[in-house]
Order: sequence, then C-alpha cells, then structure tokens
Amino acid sequence: MITKNIQLDEQGRLKHFLSIEGFKRQHLISILDAAEPFANVQEQAVKKVPLLRGKTIVNLFFEASTRTRTTFELAAKRLSADVLNININTSATKKGESLLDMLHNLESMHCDMFVVRHNQSGAAHFIAQHVSPHISVINAGDGCHSHPSQAMLDMFTIRRHKKEFANLKVVIVGDILHSRVARSEMHALTTLGVSEIRVVGPKTLIPTGIDTFGVHVYHNLQEALVDADVVIMLRLQKERMQGALLPSEGEYYQHYGLTEKKLAYAKPDAIVMHPGPINRGVEIASSIADGPQSVILEQVTNGIAIRMAVMSQALGPGSSDSSRKGGNA
Amino acid sequence: MTDSEMNLNLEQLLEQMYAGISRKLQNLDPEDVVMIGIHTGGFWIAEKIYQRLNLPTPLGSLNISFYRDDFSRIGLHPEVKPSQLPAGLDDKHIILIDDVLFTGRTIRAALNEIFDYGRPASVTLAVLLDRGERELPICAEITGQKISLKPDQQIKLTGPEPLQLNLVEKPVENLI
Repeated sequence: MITKNIQLDEQGRLKHFLSIEGFKRQHLISILDAAEPFANVQEQAVKKVPLLRGKTIVNLFFEASTRTRTTFELAAKRLSADVLNININTSATKKGESLLDMLHNLESMHCDMFVVRHNQSGAAHFIAQHVSPHISVINAGDGCHSHPSQAMLDMFTIRRHKKEFANLKVVIVGDILHSRVARSEMHALTTLGVSEIRVVGPKTLIPTGIDTFGVHVYHNLQEALVDADVVIMLRLQKERMQGALLPSEGEYYQHYGLTEKKLAYAKPDAIVMHPGPINRGVEIASSIADGPQSVILEQVTNGIAIRMAVMSQALGPGSSDSSRKGGNA
Repeated sequence: MTDSEMNLNLEQLLEQMYAGISRKLQNLDPEDVVMIGIHTGGFWIAEKIYQRLNLPTPLGSLNISFYRDDFSRIGLHPEVKPSQLPAGLDDKHIILIDDVLFTGRTIRAALNEIFDYGRPASVTLAVLLDRGERELPICAEITGQKISLKPDQQIKLTGPEPLQLNLVEKPVENLI
C-alpha cells in the first residue's frame, strides 16, 4: 500500500508517523529513547517543557476515542503546543464540506500537525499525501490497519520491564482480525527483533495470511501462554464485526478470557497488557486486570511520553522555515 | 593564547571551585543546599566536588535539552538523559555547576528548568572556566579561572574518567 516512505524527510528525519512499516530498528529505538526523559517530565511539579511552544496541533478524530485523544492532547500540551480538538460529528463536514476542503482551511490557520483517527484504513496516509509540505500527520488509528503510537507505547512498556527484546516470547490474544493494534505490534516486535510472537484466538478472528508476519498461530490459549514473557490482550471489536463470528461472550471467555489459572502457564514474571478499553469478564478477569502482573494503567501513562517523543521528533528541525541563529553554550 | 592559559591545571581549577563553594556553604544549613550539575561536563565536575563536601542532600543532574533555545534549528539530541533532581527544590539554596560559561544560554535554560521543579531560595552559579563573551545578563559567583579564547577555539571537557580539559581549534557542533 505504501510505495514510497513518505514518513521520513530527505534527511531521514521523522515527518509523518503513519504506520510501523517503513521504519528500521534504529528509528523505533530512537523514538523509545526519546520517550524516556519525557516520562520524567510528567513527574515534575510543572508537567510541561517549552519544546513546541508556538506550534499548533489539531486532533482530528473521526471515530470515538477517549484514551488516545486525551493522551495526544496531554502530550501536545505538556510540550507547550496549542491544541485544537475537532469533533467531526459537529463540524462543517456535516454541512457538506469535503475532507480536503476542511484540511485546507485548517492549513490556512497555520496549523503544524494533524493527529488523525479514522474508521477507514489508509485515511491518515491519504491526508499526509494531500496536506501542505510543512504539516506533519500522525496516525492515531485507521480502520483495521494501523495504530503505530499504541504499538510504540507498548514497546516502551515492554522495554521498561524486560530490558531486551531479543529473547522474548510475546503472546497476542483475541480479536486479531479487527485489531490495528495487533498489526502494528507485530510489525514493531518483529522490527525490534523479538524472537517469538504467538497469536491466539478463534479461527474466525485470525486473519488469513497472518503467517506472512512470521508469527506462530494458536487456537488454544493455555498452549500459547506456556513460558510467555508478555501477554497482550485485545478487546473484542464488536462494532467492526459483521456476521456471526462468535457463539457468545460467555463461550469466548471460557476459551480465550485470561484468568489466573491460564496465566499460570506463562512465566511468573510475565506482564499482562491491554490497549483498552477493557471488557472485564469478556477477554480478561478482573483479578488479572487489577492484579500485580497487569501493566495496563502504566501503558496509559507511557502513551503520553511516547506521543511527546513522536510529536517533538516530527516537529523538530526542518519542520518549518525557522532559521534562528546561535546555539547554547 | 599565552602559555599559562594553555596549561590549564584541572586539579587546581577544581580546588579553586571547591574552596569557593565551601566558603559559600559556611553560611548555609547543609540540609537546605542542593548541588546540581549540568549534563554532562558540569555533572562530572559536580561529582568531583560533591564527593568532598559531605552534603546530606543527593547530587542532582540537569539535562537542559528540552529548554534549549535552538530546538527548531538543531532538534533534540538523539539520547537525552532524563534530569535527576531531588524532590522539592522549594526554598533550597542551589549550587548550579557547569564546565564552561560562555554565552550564558545554557544557564538561562537551566534556570528555566530548575524553576519548573520548584521555587528555590537562591541559585549560585559555579563554573570551572569563564570564557566571557556573554550574550545574556548572567555571571558566575564562583569561577575556577577566567580565560579568553579566539572565536574558533573551544574548551572541551571529556570524562568522567579520566576527566580532561582539551583545547579544540574548530568549533565543536552542538557543544552544550
């Protein structure tokens, strides 16, 4: 789908962040490294640094989101950027304005970055191809395709707990078919050199051709969990399901819900992750979600640091015609 | 540049700083003093002096990358180390340490960052070398030595072990 990597500028610096595909290991590592000090900023009395002062970031959300939108907004605000939240349901698109006309209007207001969430795969990529050259586009989730900042915050969380990626066994459980998070994670984990990725779910929720990702497919959760270091649970995306893919939530929980009994097959220090929102008693037991191995809320906190890193890299040098002289000394 | 300036004696400069800081501390309650080194050179120097001072408060390190005034020109350093400051800088007397004081822009950024962590009672600037040519109204209370360099000369501190001062003939890019 992506023929030319428009995510990097001529100097190889981050311009748009649309999908994990197209990035090399060193790029992903540089985002993870950049996020570390931003995680500290959030523990300061004043949770703000002046890095993106004077920049304007627009949150363009065509699809419902609480966590992602608020963490992007907080990330921008903690970098001192100005943030516009555009609720598409009440915007002029309802009056018949086309998407591109709306974008060009926002460009005329001298905005610097669009953060886009859309239910159509490829939407952020389409927008990145049509905006003025000075604008950066960040994909905050497009259809079933990609959610790269979620994948990176998960990689950040994994690295903080496990240090190295190479020898990890990572299990991704549930609705792989509809999960843009799973797709981005499989790309990120592979790029970062994780040796064993296992995906597990009912046959109806595992996409065909998944073996091209180089992952191992399981249909039995206990078997998949043996010796696992990281367990990533996914939400059943009922809003995206067409037709009868599941017998019932109860039966799904029986087979694929993460319970203490099943988690005991994983390594004792395995961490349990979930991109949220969680459905207790559907894909995960409450005792696990709130238990000592759960890092679900840590993921939310880390999401802000990762988004600060991505935004500051994309709006760094070359993003405007600034030619200020002089350096620090 | 004269011979005496070429032969900068690091031990002597550190001794000079140590003496100045010790004098400063005589009038202060050690519990209220926080020593902070600016990453990286300033922190190496701060470590050396901190070892001899026996302060009850931990040594802080300050990375001013997020506060630089040239981010839009040169961007973030690829590996920014997080600042490590002791909790609660309110009402503390801060001894801020850097290796070379030049334009004053690093200290401007450092002060901004410190004030994001709290409201200190005072900030005292101590530097190993002051090469003058300030672009901002900033001065050091404690100085190892004042030197003058040609525009294409720079002093670079390498370390932490062994800690060494080097005269670089061409400007070093992005020297913090």
